[in-house]
Amino acid sequence: MSAKLLEAKSITMQFGGLKAVDSLSFHINQGELVGLIGPNGAGKTTVFNMLTSVYKPTSGEVIFLSEPTVSLKPYQVARKGMTRTFQNIRLFKDLTVLENVLIGGTKDISYGFFSSILQTSKYFQQEKALKEKAIELLAIFGLEKKAHAPASALPYGEQRKLEIIRALATQPKLICLDEPAAGMNHQETHQLMETIAKIRKDFRLTVLLIEHDMKLVMGICERIIVLDHGVKIEEGSPQVIQSSPKVIEAYLGAEDIH
Amino acid sequence: MKKPLLALIGLIFVGFLIDLSFDAFIQLTLIYVLINMILAMSLNLVSGFTGQFSLGHAGFMAAGAYASAFLSTIFPMNPGPMQFVYFLFYAIAGGAVAGLAGYLVGLPTLRLRGDYLAIVTLGFGEIIRVILLNTKTVGGARGMYGITGPTDFTLGSWTISKFLIGYAHAIFWVVACFVVIWRIIRSHHGRAFLSVREDEIAAEAMGIHTTQTKVRAFVLSSFFAGVAGSIFAHYANYLNPASFSFNRSVDAVIMVVLGGMGSLSGSLMAATIITILPEALRPLQEITGVDLRMVIYSLALILLMILRPKGLMGTKEVNEFWRKYVRKTS
Repeated sequence: MSAKLLEAKSITMQFGGLKAVDSLSFHINQGELVGLIGPNGAGKTTVFNMLTSVYKPTSGEVIFLSEPTVSLKPYQVARKGMTRTFQNIRLFKDLTVLENVLIGGTKDISYGFFSSILQTSKYFQQEKALKEKAIELLAIFGLEKKAHAPASALPYGEQRKLEIIRALATQPKLICLDEPAAGMNHQETHQLMETIAKIRKDFRLTVLLIEHDMKLVMGICERIIVLDHGVKIEEGSPQVIQSSPKVIEAYLGAEDIH
Repeated sequence: MKKPLLALIGLIFVGFLIDLSFDAFIQLTLIYVLINMILAMSLNLVSGFTGQFSLGHAGFMAAGAYASAFLSTIFPMNPGPMQFVYFLFYAIAGGAVAGLAGYLVGLPTLRLRGDYLAIVTLGFGEIIRVILLNTKTVGGARGMYGITGPTDFTLGSWTISKFLIGYAHAIFWVVACFVVIWRIIRSHHGRAFLSVREDEIAAEAMGIHTTQTKVRAFVLSSFFAGVAGSIFAHYANYLNPASFSFNRSVDAVIMVVLGGMGSLSGSLMAATIITILPEALRPLQEITGVDLRMVIYSLALILLMILRPKGLMGTKEVNEFWRKYVRKTS
């Protein structure tokens, strides 16, 4: 058994009278690829927002690397090694592709505010190293030729890709992908599956994936958590999920009994 | 450090030529151009690069101006070759006071996302003005008279004029402000500013401490606004709370928007245009007998915004345009 990387202990998120997520508990082991699925409005993105401290859970606890993260700010969680992509792409649109990746490099920079004004040798060394690293990272995904194009000029699929690259630049241990295949065609989805498998192997990452594309989820996830109306209704391997009556009911509705 | 130093020496030489060839009115206008350049660049750091809308830049300028002027009454200047050092000292002190004010205003406000900063800075600018208006030690509504300024002095057979000292001091800060902002933007700290402008939530998810980033930008911007105030105080020798009204804050915003949010060279150009245009149109008023200045001034602004909605330069700098042009023609 591998160690638990992330554990959510009965997290609840209440927006006024609406319980978006109701005492949800789950864990993710080191190196796993876990899928989080559920019909629209099931509370999947809310779970992501709680894990990354964008929302503070109404109750419950999130343990990441054996430390509670609920009281941390999102940037602190990110620096600890949990990063994410967004359902609606949130790139730094007016910045170049390269700059987008460089911003993730907070961990590689130790020069201070004043050495950037005086442009000390430390500044030049670290900037150079960071740029080389970013270009390398872009090259893995075949985007190095577009490094100096504005991010908004990329086609949709590559923007999704760039979001993943940018997240990788923060050197995460756990990456949360929020509907990475949204709006992609069949071929792009297939490429994305390969990309996810590749980053997992090359960067020894643990991945948590929200996705509607069942083919993608069933194809690559080892374990799947199904959410409906903020409650976990099923958890298990893709085979278990596919044959679970509860899941089928959540997606297709219950059979009428006359 | 070589390039900025060379630029500074070159620009001081230009000042020497201006000293010989133009009258006092043009020289005064030129100093105002330099002050407005610092004001525009520093506001651009907050509004253009970090994406936070501030409407109280005149307040920080006033804080710096009055602090610097008050300091010069405690530590009076020595009118000799050393006076440049005194002005430097006053400017840094004025800037520090303005920066502190910026920190106090920014810290609670910048934790929030959105337009709160605009409202709070608007209030701050007015509060500073009203406080100054009611403080007897700095002259109240009458204004503060007799602030020590640059004076002529002789160095052997050379006479260094009042203008040249003031100009050298102002141009030093223009170069300093430009270099500091230019270089920060090209570092990780500056990229953090840009990421906050582009998308705060995503920046936070990338490990950027957004509140700290915004406060840093704001404090640095306030510092330079205070420096601009100090230069203004010592060159004009007179301060009045009315000079730091809301209109001046708006002027600064106009310069930033006109030049392009996120373009330092744009700010420099816009500061020049906005300062010189009303003065240049003065003869027109004498010919026609009607005050057409404001009509033409506003018309020019409207036209510019229609023709170049992202400002003169957008987010580009002069050298980028230059590169593009050279590539096209070669």
